[in-house]
Amino acid sequence: MRESHIMKIHYGTALAAIGLVAVHILMRLTQGFAESLEYESVIANYRFLPYAGLLEIILILLSIHGFNGLRVILLELKQGQTYEKAVSYGCIAAMIALIAYGSRTIFMTNMGLM
Amino acid sequence: MNPHDEHKEGIGGMANPGRYGIERVAYWLMRLTGLGLLGYFVAHIYETSNILKGRVGWEEFLALTQTTEGHIFMTLVIGMCVFHTVNGIRVMLGHGGVGVGKPARPDYPYLPASQNARHKMGIYSAIVLAAVAMMYGMAVMFGE
Amino acid sequence: MAQSYEIDEKKSLTSKVVTLRIARFNPEKDSDTKFMEFIVNVEKWTTVLEAILDVKQHFDHSVAVRYSCRQATCGSCGMVINGKPRLACFTKVSELQSEVVTVEPMHNFPIIRDLTVRFDRLFNTHHKVKPYLIRDDSEITSNTKEFLQSPEELEQFIQFSNCIKCGLCNSACPTMATDSSFVGPQALAQAYRYVADSRDKGKDTRLKIIDESHGIWRCHFAGSCSQVCPKGVDPAMGIQLLRGYMLGFRS
Repeated sequence: MRESHIMKIHYGTALAAIGLVAVHILMRLTQGFAESLEYESVIANYRFLPYAGLLEIILILLSIHGFNGLRVILLELKQGQTYEKAVSYGCIAAMIALIAYGSRTIFMTNMGLM
Repeated sequence: MNPHDEHKEGIGGMANPGRYGIERVAYWLMRLTGLGLLGYFVAHIYETSNILKGRVGWEEFLALTQTTEGHIFMTLVIGMCVFHTVNGIRVMLGHGGVGVGKPARPDYPYLPASQNARHKMGIYSAIVLAAVAMMYGMAVMFGE
Repeated sequence: MAQSYEIDEKKSLTSKVVTLRIARFNPEKDSDTKFMEFIVNVEKWTTVLEAILDVKQHFDHSVAVRYSCRQATCGSCGMVINGKPRLACFTKVSELQSEVVTVEPMHNFPIIRDLTVRFDRLFNTHHKVKPYLIRDDSEITSNTKEFLQSPEELEQFIQFSNCIKCGLCNSACPTMATDSSFVGPQALAQAYRYVADSRDKGKDTRLKIIDESHGIWRCHFAGSCSQVCPKGVDPAMGIQLLRGYMLGFRS
């Protein structure tokens, strides 16, 4: 993939995440911060399909943006073909692992499989 | 390898905010907040996975974060998040060539048009908004 | 270990005494950089280059320094002066407002000796972005007309034509501080200079060259390159305008 395509995705995920994370944070604040973190409230959030979808999208967007940002920083710190490949594939693997782990929480809670 | 081979300035030189003004400070803060937010994001995904352990597991883990230290940490996260967002928008606009000035014949003392007041204001706004958000966050978390 | 010498001659009523610290390093002999200190007399118009040449003339002619025009045109005497990359011939000692003036070789360039550095990488990256007009026809081909350009079209790139390849921008760049493969602000600004030239047809070729993992995307708009440019080229502006083409902000 060309670097320009990767960076366009980087900017796109950032812009999309700004709006969605704002909704996520507002949900905490409108409910009352402490109340929104209570077990019943959190479960209700996860079971509400649009909100679970929102969390899943935020998870994907921020994982892509965050790990690409990390890749950029690491590529600038040190160079070399093997190192650069390891960084790129390592960041992709970490990104996939984090999305998978986070999705497991969202799906299982949403479907009541706890 | 001889460290003088390339004579690179290294991380110390990259980080040094003293010589190149607020733009270099913003560059360095952007990196630090980005790394900090990624770390928080990974921790947050792990933290929320405790919901799968049921009420006891969730409340036990939540108790660990609902402390003074936990609230101070969250305040820092809020500050990092706001700075990274606002400065990120400024940088993205700059990357698109927005607000970086127009090419023109330079005159002495050659003040660079790209380092203009608009971008400096953007950086200071990011810092001020981050501070305001941190204060609001503290009021919400410590107020309850 | 620092060594100290004092110049007693050439003192005048208006002269001022400063300590000139010169970095000494020979990669073939030395393991580390040492600083030699010289007490020199300067007038308010004395440049750092003149102070260095004073030291060479009176005390230690082995101090290696590259210079030529002495008027900020050749781009030879770039060095780090009191922590910032500057042209020695374009920096007056008095403007530094310091009793001690420290001169070191530019960062991010391999040292040849003392204050002189190798420019291979800068010239390679400069060459890489094809710093010339790309088009099928030519002004010297018979039956073709002169490539006309309006003053407005000229304004789009004339600023970037002022680049003297002194390397100060590359020395100040935070990405260059750690990234050995980065194209660098000098080459990227020159890429913009030709992309913005209405006579040029090589935009796509150049954008493809710089669209790689150590290309234009490794610039984060810290702007240090523009702050140190002695010719007002403003590489940071050129790079962002160039990136504007790639992001679809410009056509």
